[in-house]
Amino acid sequence: MDIRLDGISHYYGETEVLRDITLDVPSGQIVCLVGPSGCGKSTLLRFIGGLERPTKGAVLQMGQPPEGCLNPLTYVFQDFALLPWRSVRGNISLVLEDHGIRGAKADKIIADVLARTKLSDFAKALPKQLSGGMKQRVAIARALAVNPAVMLMDEPLSALDSQTRELLMDDLIALWDRQPFTAVYVTHNLNEAVRLGHKIVVLSRRPGAIREVVEIDRPLTERSFADVDLERTQKHLWTLMREEARAADEELLDV
Amino acid sequence: MSDATLHSAPPPAAAPTEAMEIRFRGGGFVAKPHRWMAPIVFVVLIAFIEIGTRSGFISSLTLPRPSDVLATLVQLYKSGQLFEHLVPSLTRLAVGASLGSIVGISVGVMIGLFSYVRAGLVPVVAAIFPIPKIALLPLFVIWFGIDESSKYALIAFGTFTPTVVATYGAVDNVDRSLIRMGQSFGLSWFSIVRKIVLPGAMPGILSGLRISLAIAIILLVAAEMLGAQHGIGAYILEAGSLYDLERLFAGVVILSLLGVITSGAIGLIERRVLGWRT
Repeated sequence: MDIRLDGISHYYGETEVLRDITLDVPSGQIVCLVGPSGCGKSTLLRFIGGLERPTKGAVLQMGQPPEGCLNPLTYVFQDFALLPWRSVRGNISLVLEDHGIRGAKADKIIADVLARTKLSDFAKALPKQLSGGMKQRVAIARALAVNPAVMLMDEPLSALDSQTRELLMDDLIALWDRQPFTAVYVTHNLNEAVRLGHKIVVLSRRPGAIREVVEIDRPLTERSFADVDLERTQKHLWTLMREEARAADEELLDV
Repeated sequence: MSDATLHSAPPPAAAPTEAMEIRFRGGGFVAKPHRWMAPIVFVVLIAFIEIGTRSGFISSLTLPRPSDVLATLVQLYKSGQLFEHLVPSLTRLAVGASLGSIVGISVGVMIGLFSYVRAGLVPVVAAIFPIPKIALLPLFVIWFGIDESSKYALIAFGTFTPTVVATYGAVDNVDRSLIRMGQSFGLSWFSIVRKIVLPGAMPGILSGLRISLAIAIILLVAAEMLGAQHGIGAYILEAGSLYDLERLFAGVVILSLLGVITSGAIGLIERRVLGWRT
């Protein structure tokens, strides 16, 4: 199942936040959205998942989601969004219960996703007992449990320290390698973008419009920590964004 | 120029370096549990009154002797009168308070969830909150009769308003990002309310209940002061009109204990239900 963004523009009152965004998200690929803060990249992600409506344009789903897909468009949030009163297991079963999956069938799915995210020993733990990285792994496990066609990841690693981020990036690459998934990955971290993105979409400052789309052909598993080519791409992305990032930083907020 | 004067000052004499431990200035401002503190305060206070009344510098008209109050309580228990007063009081408290808080929680949740209900009911609640419910007692007697139901109604009405206010505040405080998460996973509206909104509002609802139950005890006494044969309130009123301070204080002690017990019970529930809080 592919996703197509068709001429999306958006206004908050008088302020134009997004201008004429047209973009294809092909299945099996990770598309990274980068841009200076306030360029509307998170808003764009909320459009894709149907949590908000664009003023103009539409988000189209091309084709049917694959069989056994409970929630085709599934988010992973920056702040994890785990229910603090439910255990790791309970947080995952939460999203299965509404699809009528309980008992042995739910146990099987939960055991599978916990194993894939290396959380099997923590099924009974409460979120307050877990570190930030573990919490995000739970959120990823929860997303995997509904077998999504497209994962919508809103700065999933931004709340974590750099070491944890590095570890989780490896985990995400391993997950993708085992079973390629489609994802739209919003980040402000260019290193994450060049490590995880098959396609990197650079948005300009408000109103956000597509400035450039950079494709990286190298397979995810072959992108190592300090790769020269990736560094070059990252530098290129940074030169694209640098001036705008500065301008965005110095802007007065009037919203 | 200040700069110049600074520079022209003689350089400080090279004093021998002296090792000094850095003064600690952190700590404090954190509530720590001290289990023994409350009993000590009670014991000191009661001992002071006991000594004062025995030695005579507190006259027996001002305060009764604590040991006499205790004797009155023991006698009350032995004569079986204690339960004669306690059982009707507890029944009124249980029926009235649960009626008031159940309706209050439901109305509060409705206000929290539906903006039409909020717009319509919040001013109404604000209008009835400051009415002293005791002043309405004659009205309740006319509406519900002189018997038990008017007492239930008074206690229920008194617990209702603070519960409503606490509950809709608690619902408003539920983390919206959790609700968005529920929506993004396609949970039904009912599931979101039951599994995300209600548990998330629980801490606020329970702390509101603490206040509501204290108000319920206050209103219990008020209700029993009008047309009740038995009950702690009737007992206190009777003792008061006879200036029997020992019995009056015995009744007051029972009420205090009731307050401590209900507050402790809510504390227990909080520890069980809200163990997930950090």
